[in-house]
Amino acid sequence: MATNPSRKVALQLAGSLALAWLVSACTTSTPPTTKPTDSSNAATVARGKYLVRVGDCASCHTAKGGKPFSGGFPVPTPFGKIYSVNITPDRETGIGNWTEQDFYKAMHTGIDADGSHLYPAFPYPWFTKVSRADDDAIKTYLDTLPPVHREDTPNELPWYLSWREELAGWNLMFFDKGEYQSDPHHSAAWNRGAYLVEGLGHCGACHTPTNMLGGSKTSKRYQGGDAGRQWFAPGLGGNLRDGVGGWSSAEIVEYLETGANAKSASAGPMTEVVMNSTQYFSDADLQAIAVYLKDRPQASSKSAPDTKALGADALARGEALYIDNCTACHMPDGRGLARVFPPLTGSSAIQADQAGTVIHVVLAGARMAAPGSKPTGLAMPGFGWKLDDHEVADVVNYIRHAWGNRAPLVDADAVAAVRKNILPEDRPSHDATTVHADAHARPDMWNRRPNKLEPAQPSSSALR
Amino acid sequence: MATKLKPVDIVLVGFGWTASILAEKLTQTGLQVLALERGKFRDTVPDFATTHIQDELRYAVRDGLFQEPARDTLTFRNSMDQTALPMRHLGSFLPGVGVGGAGVHWNGQTWRFLPEDFVIRSHTEQRYGKGFIPADMTIQDWGITYAELEPHYDQFDYLCGISGQAGNIRGQIQPGGNPFEGPRQRGYPLPPLKRSYATVLFDKAANDIGFKPFPCPAANTSAAYKNPLGVQMGACTYCGYCEWFGCGNYSKASPQTTVLPALRQRDNFSYRAHCDVTRINLDSTGKRATGVTYVDEQGRQFEQPASLVICCAFAQHNVLLLLLSKIGQPYNPVTNTGVVGRNYAYQITSAVDVFLDDIMNPFMGAGALGQGIDEFNGDNFDHAPYGFIGGGYIALWTTGGRPILQHQLPADAPKWGAGWKKAMADNYLKSASIATHGSVMSYRTSYLDLDPTYHDIYGDPLLRLTFDFQPNEIKMSQFLTDKATLIAQAMKPRSFHAKPRTGHYSIIPYQTTHNTGGCAMGADPKTSVVNKYLQCWDVPNVFVMGSSVFPQNHGYNPTGTVAALAFWAADAIVNQYLKAPGPLVKV
Amino acid sequence: MREKLGATPNTRMQAAPPREEESTLSVSPTRRALLKATLLVPAAGFLGAGLLGCSTRDAGHARFTSEEAEPTALFFSADERAFVEAATERLIPDEEDGMGAKGAAVAVFIDRQLAGPYGHAYRWYMQGPWENGIPQQGYQLKLTPGELYQTAIRDVNAWCRKNHDKGFIALSGSEQDDVLHGLESGDIKLADVPSKAFFTMLWENTIEGFLADPMYGGNRNFTGWKLVGFPGPRYNYVAEIEQYGKPYTKPTVGILGRDPNRRMKG
Repeated sequence: MATNPSRKVALQLAGSLALAWLVSACTTSTPPTTKPTDSSNAATVARGKYLVRVGDCASCHTAKGGKPFSGGFPVPTPFGKIYSVNITPDRETGIGNWTEQDFYKAMHTGIDADGSHLYPAFPYPWFTKVSRADDDAIKTYLDTLPPVHREDTPNELPWYLSWREELAGWNLMFFDKGEYQSDPHHSAAWNRGAYLVEGLGHCGACHTPTNMLGGSKTSKRYQGGDAGRQWFAPGLGGNLRDGVGGWSSAEIVEYLETGANAKSASAGPMTEVVMNSTQYFSDADLQAIAVYLKDRPQASSKSAPDTKALGADALARGEALYIDNCTACHMPDGRGLARVFPPLTGSSAIQADQAGTVIHVVLAGARMAAPGSKPTGLAMPGFGWKLDDHEVADVVNYIRHAWGNRAPLVDADAVAAVRKNILPEDRPSHDATTVHADAHARPDMWNRRPNKLEPAQPSSSALR
Repeated sequence: MATKLKPVDIVLVGFGWTASILAEKLTQTGLQVLALERGKFRDTVPDFATTHIQDELRYAVRDGLFQEPARDTLTFRNSMDQTALPMRHLGSFLPGVGVGGAGVHWNGQTWRFLPEDFVIRSHTEQRYGKGFIPADMTIQDWGITYAELEPHYDQFDYLCGISGQAGNIRGQIQPGGNPFEGPRQRGYPLPPLKRSYATVLFDKAANDIGFKPFPCPAANTSAAYKNPLGVQMGACTYCGYCEWFGCGNYSKASPQTTVLPALRQRDNFSYRAHCDVTRINLDSTGKRATGVTYVDEQGRQFEQPASLVICCAFAQHNVLLLLLSKIGQPYNPVTNTGVVGRNYAYQITSAVDVFLDDIMNPFMGAGALGQGIDEFNGDNFDHAPYGFIGGGYIALWTTGGRPILQHQLPADAPKWGAGWKKAMADNYLKSASIATHGSVMSYRTSYLDLDPTYHDIYGDPLLRLTFDFQPNEIKMSQFLTDKATLIAQAMKPRSFHAKPRTGHYSIIPYQTTHNTGGCAMGADPKTSVVNKYLQCWDVPNVFVMGSSVFPQNHGYNPTGTVAALAFWAADAIVNQYLKAPGPLVKV
Repeated sequence: MREKLGATPNTRMQAAPPREEESTLSVSPTRRALLKATLLVPAAGFLGAGLLGCSTRDAGHARFTSEEAEPTALFFSADERAFVEAATERLIPDEEDGMGAKGAAVAVFIDRQLAGPYGHAYRWYMQGPWENGIPQQGYQLKLTPGELYQTAIRDVNAWCRKNHDKGFIALSGSEQDDVLHGLESGDIKLADVPSKAFFTMLWENTIEGFLADPMYGGNRNFTGWKLVGFPGPRYNYVAEIEQYGKPYTKPTVGILGRDPNRRMKG
């Protein structure tokens, strides 16, 4: 169960060597060009802006404290940090010189304007499904942004991955190119949902397990996956225990709109997704996503994990820690407080196959999303300073087994692995950058200090 | 040399309850609103987290969340013939510092003043005759009526999710509530809290005597709550760490748990922490404020121009700011002229400890979990036979059982040694305390001015407090203590210990953080600093909030009235002042 | 919905777009599976063989330590510490049950408090001029709590040597009680400080050390809390508050947990 860090490095190394061998046999091709789009207009810009939010472009293309869309955000991958690029219309350092065709090619094939392969940290395996018209609208909107001159940050990858041609081989294995094709057997809403989830929304980028090369395990689609730094994105399939099978369509919509519903609340990367992306989705799109997700299959043979190994002593230790530390909000019966503090009983996030997210939240705490419609941003404090790894394992095992919950066991090593992945920004702090309606427009709303003051300038006031 | 900054429309001095309420209302106009807070930013997580907030030593004993006298204190004396000396560490009262102010560490006891309280002088003269009021007692009508304030009390009740049982809805007396309260337009948003054993015993005893006990109104939520701003609160779990602590599970109303999440969404609001406002700046006429000067945590001085300045600091601090900024005429008790600093008041408290046979588990409680009676508050009873003015409520609160500061011992228990130890073992779990919470009238000799000797870290004079309990208050408090003793006896305890307030006022033992006055509101500029809209008579683009505007102090915790006045003033600013900036009351 | 799921046992997305036949990137699903298998299986095998034994122990495994029985004094000299141990033991005697200041390590608590911000009057207003004032005006000494202790202990010992020919700790228990009563009432006049001020501070700090969270060094083994019946900082009594008259039964807990002697490391 435990993720041994040394093991991960070894895996990466072995995989990469094999990859290097493989790629020599493959070549790239240039996709056919399609027609140019109509001229930009306000409606297209507005649609592009909406789509940029649907794609959650800001989350990766804006660095903490950086100018919007100017890149430089380190995308954590199992192989190293890949820095997002500048997608403002700056002609030298951004994509100001790109044509709509160039942009479409990048989205559609993962190959940029000068023919280089993009790393799949840029989720082109999903974006390939975006329609040409939508890609054009996105580019049209991006062209309206203020150009920011910022050179791209070099990636921090091992030497053997810096050769981008290798990606052709990766694509061969893991990349299905092609725009979304409507399925006539399903409703328009279902198809719209599929288009968003499988395409621009790139939900599977986190919620599907990846293999050691970073490719999605398509056979386990939406069974939950790695969301970086030991965060585990829980399953989106029809499973009752660790999927969204127990959620109604309305609960799926509410969760995406506000980050919480009666069954669960967002944490970590998903809070960012809600704040930067899903809260802005139209009602129709949210409903469509719910229709599509409610039609995802249950994972085959997902019986409850065998937990005989968890002895009475460990359960008792976990229960004691739970009573002493958790009941202020989650209550002794694990039911939380309806629509305030999320329940632990029956929660798919708590019972997820891998406990990374649960451990993360216990160690560092978490803040719920705080969109305008639900502004509170309730937070849980981190317990990492007062509980050691064994205790965290005990309490995590307890909440994953009490009240009828079932999930695989964790041990102290698993907790240690998460602990070393915690960054300061995981802890709910005053610098609530992730809880703003438009996070990147006002990065430090709650942290304004005199050194950021603007000196006097002529201004007009309604009161003068 | 101060760096001059880009102007804002409205600057709020301080960022506690009143500033939060005003900011929420004023940002709706689209104007730029800036709050300057001398302390740090604080939020439920990480600052008041369940992981560490239940630390009696750090917070209650070592003053973790309160003003640091090292930076800012006042000097104190009982009377004008004494030399005032600095309050070197906190004791009698505990002003807050930091975002949320004292609204972070309060208990949540949320009351309304009585309709008669707002017209105390005219009402008293009418009912008892002019001679009933002692010559040196400077009580005065507020210039506002309960009816005017009622909608704003209501706003605060619903902002906070007050748990309680209404006693008077639009004139209809409600069973189980406080029948003496002023009429309210509707009931409380949440039902009363669960009762502790001790409050049940108090309730029965008070009923047996013939009093009408009721659950005291609490800003501790009895259930989950979502306020009109869409802000969500948890439900109180009776942990017993309210007063002097922040709440870890979002169940005590504070600016953080009721307003700040909404403000966070407003682009035209900002705040700056660690900014200590030292002056309100005036133009050459002295009749118009141009903004404020403040010092940041690195000691740099800034001038923040603003079109409207609103003082939202703790009570005495507002008075200090006016005095240092030379706004309004300072009060002189000798000549009985001037207004700024006049009519300082406080409250007078006493207790009757009861020692029972059964286990009370005092540590299970909430800051405003109490059962009270109001028969002897305000003018709810005929004062003619007693010869004093004012009154107070009597309540048994189960605020918690933090053992260092919240243990009671029988009167005959040894002060230390083996006997003390035995008394602690025998009584901690089996005791409770009935509190009386009495009004303090204003007097010619109770006032605030600038100290001639002592200075703060900026070299500015400290505020000087001259105050003592007067015979009227001692008499009234003894009366309340006697009534509380009746209830204590009816609780059939093993023993009880009446602790009346006697002698001079002392700065040492904690009594209450209900300091009021110094910037009285009123209808007459000769006896008040601000008009009924809390606007300075002398400088109309300065408003003053907080209990500093109380002309005297009545028999209830002040936060409800402080907040209602802030809503009321916000209303006046938005609907009157901004439309035609200038004096809202002409005399 | 469920019926539809049954019809598509393959979890591949049903609506996947048709492959572009002309692209050289396209591979048949079978071939792809084969490629993956070649790559992944040997890699995992290689790993399993060699590296599973490696484990990195994180600081999280050992962030705590248990308080030693006699921790080093941070503030007091040996004499001062002996004085405070003796005096606090008279104020809250251990008697037979060990449930007193000594058992609770109150002197350790006071030592740490005086070594920290409190002992240095960090929060207090300590600007002159200095005057005695009237009792209602509160503490007006120029001394920080640490300085008051040091000065008063020296003075008390001097008083004891003058009146008993030996220092405070050498006195009998009842003699020590008499001295403490004399300090409390002010009847014993000390050379440099008001005896009442010192006694007041000593007694307040003793109660604190007896009843504060044990992470501050006192209340060892939850001695004070167990004596009075306080269960420690707990956050939820919803189920218990209306159980009138019933004892609360959950174990005592401190901020750092149920082990009263647990301390943060470093």
